[in-house]
Amino acid sequence: MFPDAWEFSIARWINDFTNWLLTTFSAFFDALSGIILSLLLNIHSGLETIPWWIYILAIALTAFFTTKKIGLTIVLSILPVIVGLFGLWDLAIETIAIVLTAVVIAIIIGIPLGVIMAEFKRMEGLGRPILDAMQTMPSFVYLIPTMMLFGLGKVPAVLATVIYAVPPVIRLTNLGLRQVSQEVQEAALAYGATRFQLLKEVRIPLAMPSILAGVNQTTMMALAMVVIASMIGGGGLGYEVLVSINRIDVGRGFEAGISVVILAIVIDRLTQGFAKRFEPPSN
Amino acid sequence: MTKAIEVKDLWKVYGPRKENVPLDQPEKLSKMEEKREAVVAVRDVSFSVDSGEVFVVMGLSGSGKSTLIRCLMRLVEPTAGSINMNGEDVSSLSNQELTQFRRNAAAMVFQHYGLLPHRTVLENVSFGLNLKKVPRREREERARELLSTVGLEGWDNYYPANLSGGMQQRVGIARALASDPPILLMDEPFSGLDPLIRREMQEEMVDLHQKTNKTIFFVTHDLDEGMRLGDRMAVMRGGSFVQVGTPEEILDDPADEYVARFVQDKKEMFQEAEKENKGKQDRKGLTEDVS
Ligand SMILES: Nc1ncnc2c1ncn2[C@@H]1O[C@H](COP(=O)(O)OP(=O)(O)OP(=O)(O)O)[C@@H](O)[C@H]1O
Ligand SMILES: [Mg+2]
Repeated sequence: MFPDAWEFSIARWINDFTNWLLTTFSAFFDALSGIILSLLLNIHSGLETIPWWIYILAIALTAFFTTKKIGLTIVLSILPVIVGLFGLWDLAIETIAIVLTAVVIAIIIGIPLGVIMAEFKRMEGLGRPILDAMQTMPSFVYLIPTMMLFGLGKVPAVLATVIYAVPPVIRLTNLGLRQVSQEVQEAALAYGATRFQLLKEVRIPLAMPSILAGVNQTTMMALAMVVIASMIGGGGLGYEVLVSINRIDVGRGFEAGISVVILAIVIDRLTQGFAKRFEPPSN
Repeated sequence: MTKAIEVKDLWKVYGPRKENVPLDQPEKLSKMEEKREAVVAVRDVSFSVDSGEVFVVMGLSGSGKSTLIRCLMRLVEPTAGSINMNGEDVSSLSNQELTQFRRNAAAMVFQHYGLLPHRTVLENVSFGLNLKKVPRREREERARELLSTVGLEGWDNYYPANLSGGMQQRVGIARALASDPPILLMDEPFSGLDPLIRREMQEEMVDLHQKTNKTIFFVTHDLDEGMRLGDRMAVMRGGSFVQVGTPEEILDDPADEYVARFVQDKKEMFQEAEKENKGKQDRKGLTEDVS
């Protein structure tokens, strides 16, 4: 037995600290929460107004024009119908809304951070270990700080998803920018490119395939996190999975699980095909 | 005659920071070199190039040619020495002045072309003008003009990857000419091309030089190419200039054994036969001997 007298709890301090943060910066948290919520609601209501067959059509067209493969196009268009047949269409849309919101925020934060890491060596030294730590941390851990600051609901669910999903886009933006051929960069400098012009005209366009691969990975991670984030009020398909686990309703859980997998496959394929279009022509 | 390029006591030492290079203590420096703490790529080089002259720097791989040509544009920061180009003291330019200098005073052609793979041929040629914010119509007109100068009219909308090596280098040359700089710096521009195309490009360069009368600083590892193109030549070894002179002077009176070995075959070729092919084989043998 560990001696009772040695027991020591920091839970109270953390609660106090959180309360202090919340009261001191309440205006900030309210504003942030308001922005995220309205972004989410707008995206969600936008997605809801689109009829189901338009989704199928859009998926089919995008799949065909980015991959030019008929078989793949057919598979990708049929898969979402299965979600509808399970009666989970609306929940899937809700999930997509959360994922999309989280991805938009992750891109807004992640790409500039990746650029900063690529531009300043010191920032890379600082950023790398943080990103490594973030990616090895179990996803549940992210629920705690967001829940502390934002309670339960959609906003903390989105935020936890953002934090969990943002590392790949930062990492691959940085990597992509650093991998741009030295000779091409040197040529641009020799013709009088400023540091900003070099970034805008040469490095970012040539890093685009890598940046988009980062966005793709971020999206996949966001989708994985949405199920977990439903524990703090994310809703959508994740909540369906959660409920079925609680009720030990294997069949219902299976349907919801399959639907998440379908979303993942479709989104993954579509974004990958899209990323290919940004590769510079090669022989 | 005015000098287009004047370089005095130029050093470039890779490895240690600029202030930790003991240029005034030669023994200490050579010790650092032995211990591989420092690589002296350019060693106390001085020369000047007249305006309108073609000045060739020839040397084997690793002799410091690329480093030297990059120092002129400050793509590599020199360790010591002064560089004056086109009346400007390049070594003391601020960042902004350097940008302006690179945009207007000199342009560079690279061995591996250095074209932007995501831009069309036309966009590549007008790249420098684009950086200078020249209006679109004007810069495209200029770029088309130059594409026809280098014999690539109609290739505007292709990408570099669609072009052969020779064509890509024509794009590289057109890009260099776009802002009409008085000085061209060329780092082994034809080394990657096969012999026939290479010969053709050399001839075109001679024509171009006669038409535009630009000052050309040309780097090569090929003696034959250097002799054909250069008004004067410098032979470079281990970061130093071993000899500077007209091709004839170098041929007739090599300054030391190193240059002599370089030149030997060339001489024999002149004496022995007019046959082009024979000479080429000999030179191949030579390069292997020396290295
Ligand atoms: N960035 C660098 N850091 C350290 N050493 C370098 C660097 N760049 C070049 N060097 C060294 O400087 C020396 C001269 O290199 P440089 O590229 O100027 O030679 P070169 O004559 O252009 O050769 P090549 O014909 O192969 O292009 C070489 O020994 C090379 O290893
Ligand atoms: Mg070189």
